[in-house]
Amino acid sequence: MANAKSKEQVVNPIGASFTRNDVYEKVTGSAVYADDIQFGNKLLYARAKRSPYPHALIKKIDISKAEVLPGVKVVVTGKDFPNRIGLYLQDKTIFATDRVRFIGEPVAAVAAISEEVAMKAVELIEVEYEELEAVFDAEFGASDKAPLIHPDLDKYVCPNFIFPKAGTNIANHFKIRKGDVSSAWDKCAHVVERSFKVPHIQHVPIETHIAIAQMDEKGKVTVWASSQSPFAQRNLIAHALHISQSDLRVIAPLVGGGFGSKAGVTMEAIPVALATKCKGWPVKFLLTREEEFYTNFVRQGLTIHVKVGCDKEGNLLALKNIMYWDGGASTEYGTNVTRAGGYSSSGPYDIPNVETDSICVYTNHPIGGAYRGFGMSELHTGLDQAIDELAEKAGVDKVTFLKKNGVAEGDVLVTGMIMHKNGIQECIDNVAKSLNFNEKEKPSSPDRLRGKGIAAMWKAPAMPPNPGSSAWVEMSEDGNVTVGLGGQEIGQGTFTVMAQMAAAALGVPYDKVRIAGPVDTQYSPYEWQTVASRLTWSMGNAVVLAAKDARRQILETVAEAWKESTDDLDIINGVVVSYKSERETSLENIVIYGMPKENNEGWTGGPIVGRGSFMPKYVTNLDAETGQGPRAVVHYTVGCEGLDIEIDKNTGTIYVLKGAASFDVGKAINPALVKAQVEGGFAQGLSSAMFEEIKLVKGVMTNPSFVDYRIATAPDMDFPLDTPFVEVPQDDGPWGARGVGEHPMVPTIAALGNAIYDATGIRLTNPPYSAEKIYLAMLDKGLVK
Amino acid sequence: MTLKTITLTVNDLVETVDVPQNMTLLQMIREKLSLTGTKNGCAAGECGACTVLMNGEPVNSCMVLAAECEGANIVTVEGLAKAGKLSTLQDTIIEAGGVQCGFCTPGMLISATALLKRNPNPTDSEIRSAIVGNLCRCTGYVRIVDAIKMAAK
Repeated sequence: MANAKSKEQVVNPIGASFTRNDVYEKVTGSAVYADDIQFGNKLLYARAKRSPYPHALIKKIDISKAEVLPGVKVVVTGKDFPNRIGLYLQDKTIFATDRVRFIGEPVAAVAAISEEVAMKAVELIEVEYEELEAVFDAEFGASDKAPLIHPDLDKYVCPNFIFPKAGTNIANHFKIRKGDVSSAWDKCAHVVERSFKVPHIQHVPIETHIAIAQMDEKGKVTVWASSQSPFAQRNLIAHALHISQSDLRVIAPLVGGGFGSKAGVTMEAIPVALATKCKGWPVKFLLTREEEFYTNFVRQGLTIHVKVGCDKEGNLLALKNIMYWDGGASTEYGTNVTRAGGYSSSGPYDIPNVETDSICVYTNHPIGGAYRGFGMSELHTGLDQAIDELAEKAGVDKVTFLKKNGVAEGDVLVTGMIMHKNGIQECIDNVAKSLNFNEKEKPSSPDRLRGKGIAAMWKAPAMPPNPGSSAWVEMSEDGNVTVGLGGQEIGQGTFTVMAQMAAAALGVPYDKVRIAGPVDTQYSPYEWQTVASRLTWSMGNAVVLAAKDARRQILETVAEAWKESTDDLDIINGVVVSYKSERETSLENIVIYGMPKENNEGWTGGPIVGRGSFMPKYVTNLDAETGQGPRAVVHYTVGCEGLDIEIDKNTGTIYVLKGAASFDVGKAINPALVKAQVEGGFAQGLSSAMFEEIKLVKGVMTNPSFVDYRIATAPDMDFPLDTPFVEVPQDDGPWGARGVGEHPMVPTIAALGNAIYDATGIRLTNPPYSAEKIYLAMLDKGLVK
Repeated sequence: MTLKTITLTVNDLVETVDVPQNMTLLQMIREKLSLTGTKNGCAAGECGACTVLMNGEPVNSCMVLAAECEGANIVTVEGLAKAGKLSTLQDTIIEAGGVQCGFCTPGMLISATALLKRNPNPTDSEIRSAIVGNLCRCTGYVRIVDAIKMAAK
């Protein structure tokens, strides 16, 4: 029977800026985040006792007074939970056990009938400490003069691509030795040597970390968490508590911002630990904003020494990079940031001789975790500013210099990997064009200086060699499609993009596809983590495979029922059509009950369930001494940013006149969402360039509130921002797509530093580039009186 | 802690609530009235995630004591749509793409609603000033400002 649906206008979901499928709930206030879930009167509230010292032995913990406070149900300390866990290097315990290693480290926790009672109980816990000499600087921490923060480092389990140095504070030392740097300097016509210090910053998700945990009488645990990593959390918390993974269920509702802070495991383990001692009672732990700033995850600080040289035409010849990462008290995650910083240490430039030492150092500072960019922003802050100076020294204009050295298909990268086709040239061109870059333009008044800065970048998804994604696709009697997946909607729009991809791969309209959320490790298929800008590419591949599997089952059913070949069948707008016989049937008629065969021969088909699984198979290890290996990473996303600014001579204040950001995304599945990511990332990058710094004084964060830790507000973004994207397809990406979530925050500090230099002739090596710093530097240089 | 009984209007409904003296308006809205659309971002009046209208003015509800709200007229994000129809701002913020993680969205919508009520034709600069107290980490504010401009037309 002919069906008019297939003849309706078909909008290709790929490349369409469809409205997001999660926004109705968000604008009406009905969207459920973890703190909105109702648990009833049985809910207990957790608070943590935290170390006031950056480095100290724990001599004694007395919880007796806290335990008897009315309303207190459970008090726990580290002695009950001694197992070390970690995503890469297993150096972390849920609570401090024998010693504390940073101010704010949890030493004990309380579950009580109210937050107030829990807070009072925490104050009644008495801890005796013996202070130890502390380490507050990464370079000092790496030296043999520094006290050891993890004396048992040699006993920690770690994968074979992380290289801790026993008997030191060095948690990882990643090396690149490509070509011959020492002899290359003589061939260089120009050399720049610079050091930069990038401070710690925090992710500042507007929703702080939260987890609720409950253990039932049989010992099975359920965790509700604002999480980027429900499956990793299941795995790591199970390890920490000697529970089997399938006895620990993680339910992950919508996330109010992650930016890497909600990856891996941090505070989520604390309510689980409490819940194991009060079976049947749910325990909620919500971090205060102050706790969010420094007790959980921050972005590690970096001291980077860059030496870079080129020939007289401006071709880069040699790069020597020494990076000391201030990893903080635990580097279970940060060791991989160090590694990624190392294997990408050339930036998006073709440099024949590279020597990199990327060193992750323990300090008595907050814990460095995954932060949007995963080391790339810190690296490019130094590298792209040194290159900016080198271009000037060589007398080559900045745009030409970047383009001349931009990494091309076939280039041998610092790890020996061969570079794939990419759009770095177009990205640089886009930014240069948007800002009229090579035209020196006048400031708007004699009180102002004007400058333009440009910086290019790249980043590969930083992952272990075998991170997997999986998905299923099923349908209901109304023809709607449900996609099961394990990746998290953290604001980036993944639920929308996955629906678009499933729609396209199956042959149904976008608004017929729903995502099976919230992600629940009991029912959702496995996803490694929502990090690394990997979901569009990796989970997208799995979703497409699942949709294609469902499509195959449908077409085989119809082919058998109609006695036709699947080659002549198609699914358009939710209708199966035969190009041969011109018969049609709607999916509703097939997907649950199958189809009757002709001539009373019975039935064929049945409930359609498509499945898909994707894991890259080609990533290899790298040599421990040289960092060389056939395939270090899956692929690179490249890009470029630029800024046109004015500086007020009286105050040092920066006024951004225009911004430009261009990235090669392979294929923009939803162009509006790509642009939205670039806008948000640019803002976060600019914020880190102008305002943000965790001010650490002897291990104390002196500015743990929004009053003194400033992030960009609406007036700070009052300038036009061009965001043209480039599409050079990724060979193994769905429709050629690769990720862009992190990248827009990477080159912004360097772009601003370069713009400030262009305006003032001053190179500021330590971000944030605050008005005060700029003014004092101008005063120092005699630019102002 | 003594309880105080207050009567106030929330989203056009009259409510009588017993509140502890130290309970904030935010806590009362979320815990006593189960209206969880209004969010807790900092509990210190700095991020704006908890913004509600109080007698027509946008306030950080985490900085207002519930006990001081006797007779007040409160509007939360749940009160913006009328009879299932989204407000103009709710429509435009969807259309403009000004929602990502959504956590700042309720407070943002309230501040924008208050702005357009007192200034139906704001300049770009006035829009940005009106939402300066609503922190957003996802969007860079670009499409939020677009949405407010769209709604003003």
